Amino acid sequence: MRRALKMVVDPVSCAGEGLCAELFPERITLDPWGYPIVSDEPLTPQLMEHARRAVDMCPHLAIHVMDAPVRVPTPTRRGGDGPGPEPTRAEARIVAQLRGGGPRR
Amino acid sequence: MTTTMHREVTSGAPHPAALPRLLRGLRPEGGAVGLGEHLERWGALDLRWVRHHLQPELEDSGLRGHGGAAFPVAAKWRSVAAAGRRPTVILNGAEGEPASAKDALLLARTPHLVLDGAAAAAAALGAGRGVAYVPRHLSDALLAAVGARQRHGLDPVPVEVLEAPPGFISGQESAAVNGVQGRPAVPSFIEIRPIRERGVDGRPTLVHNAETLAHVALVARYGARWFRALGTERNPGTTLLTVSGRPGGPVVQEAAFGTPLREVLGLGPDATRSYQGALLGGYGGTWVTIDTLLGLDLSEDSARSSSATLGAGIVVLLGHDACPLAEVARVVRYMEGESAGQCGPCVHGLAALDEVLQGLAFARQSRANVEAIGELCALVEGRGACRHPDGVARFVTSACAVFASEVAAHLRSGPCRRVGAPSELPFRGRVLRRQGGVAARPR
Ligand SMILES: Cc1cc2nc3c(=O)[nH]c(=O)nc-3n(C[C@H](O)[C@H](O)[C@H](O)COP(=O)(O)O)c2cc1C
Ligand code: SF4
Ligand code: SF4
Repeated sequence: MRRALKMVVDPVSCAGEGLCAELFPERITLDPWGYPIVSDEPLTPQLMEHARRAVDMCPHLAIHVMDAPVRVPTPTRRGGDGPGPEPTRAEARIVAQLRGGGPRR
Repeated sequence: MTTTMHREVTSGAPHPAALPRLLRGLRPEGGAVGLGEHLERWGALDLRWVRHHLQPELEDSGLRGHGGAAFPVAAKWRSVAAAGRRPTVILNGAEGEPASAKDALLLARTPHLVLDGAAAAAAALGAGRGVAYVPRHLSDALLAAVGARQRHGLDPVPVEVLEAPPGFISGQESAAVNGVQGRPAVPSFIEIRPIRERGVDGRPTLVHNAETLAHVALVARYGARWFRALGTERNPGTTLLTVSGRPGGPVVQEAAFGTPLREVLGLGPDATRSYQGALLGGYGGTWVTIDTLLGLDLSEDSARSSSATLGAGIVVLLGHDACPLAEVARVVRYMEGESAGQCGPCVHGLAALDEVLQGLAFARQSRANVEAIGELCALVEGRGACRHPDGVARFVTSACAVFASEVAAHLRSGPCRRVGAPSELPFRGRVLRRQGGVAARPR
């Protein structure tokens, strides 16, 4: 399965004020109760600036970016169903920054 | 396939095709099988063999978890082992699901088989800690069983018995991990750090359902080949089922995977005359029509081909005397109350679903906004820290499909007389009736 950068909201920490939807409208909308719905689409390098803004500004530190398998079928370079490309180095660096520290573990 | 030193079936082994396996030798009524009787019946585990060979053997056995998700056991062990530190093993006996009684039955009647599974897991993975997480009514007896084992040196690590609080979600994996650490037994958001890598006290943690561990104990004794003599290629072995709704009350029974469900449940082609629908997988599961039910066999794959799930092995047959919408509304209200109340979409979404379903089931002039049901279900799915709301969505969506004509009738002319009938679906605290066979033990 293809791996890509994905944004997730920790629903336990999230208090639903909806700030993130203003900061990152490209991927976040709000449900009828004001809680964020994050699109399943993987993050692209162009979106990282806004993604980062949302991660940093969430008052409850509820937003995370992680490297995860994605359901959205994206053609791999080989066109097969292989593991798919690893995140680029630029992407990996951004994730490390977003996590607020070095790489996990 | 890995090549392993296959466990040769010892002379004392039960015939591989014989049923039941886990429930072997249990009489319909009776107490717990004590340690002496247990060792006579099953022999002692060879922990030295277990340490070196159980993991590949489990891989070959194809055993999947019995806690609800049918996740391959060997794959879970692999990630726990890969985390590289001494793990904690948790025997999950919480069984929060009101329509399930199999874990309590195993723990009350054949506790040493379940504890053997925990011991085998602890030995094979080099665990530093073993915990039995069980409801209060089982903990004293289990503590005594653990004590007897300790005196005979049967467990590689002493097993602590900790109490699982009552409630639907206290047995969810991360809730169990929290409970074991003395925190409120509610789920955590674990998407970023799986329990298998960082669970109890930050250590890798293996959480298994009680029944899963009992099957592990059999693989540890008789090997993968023996284990695979029953069941199907993808769903090998046997499973316990808690079946309720039939005359005589709930029963826990064991059957081989792949057996036609009509045979397992003893249903004839005229079953539609007795039952108006069936619930598979409990309150986080799916309703199916009786016709669908009669076409399924006992396996997660077969259930999934009809968009259903067996969950933790639960079948509830619903007779014609009940109002299905009243039953559904009561369960949704119960499930709403069982939410840990931590996640916005779960709290608000289940409350909204509850309101619509109460209106649909009980209001004289039903102006329930049934169109909202689908939308609400989509809004809660995948949006909690745990899968509790997903289960409710599955339960409600499938109920609306199976009982579509009742939905239409309620909208047209309000509830019929059946709406006042007492609840057929069980809730905790309500005493489950018992009957012959191996009776479901009430809690
Ligand atoms: C709301 C909820 C409640 C659960 N309750 C239980 C439970 O009471 N007992 C249990 O064994 N698993 C329960 N589970 C499943 C566990 O999260 C976990 O998958 C299971 O214990 C793993 O065991 P297995 O690999 O042996 O199947 C629950 C899951 C959810 C989402
Ligand atoms: S900004 Fe943070 S707390 Fe506010 S809605 Fe978004 S995720 Fe939730
Ligand atoms: S999804 Fe619901 S039940 Fe699960 S943790 Fe969140 S609030 Fe609790």
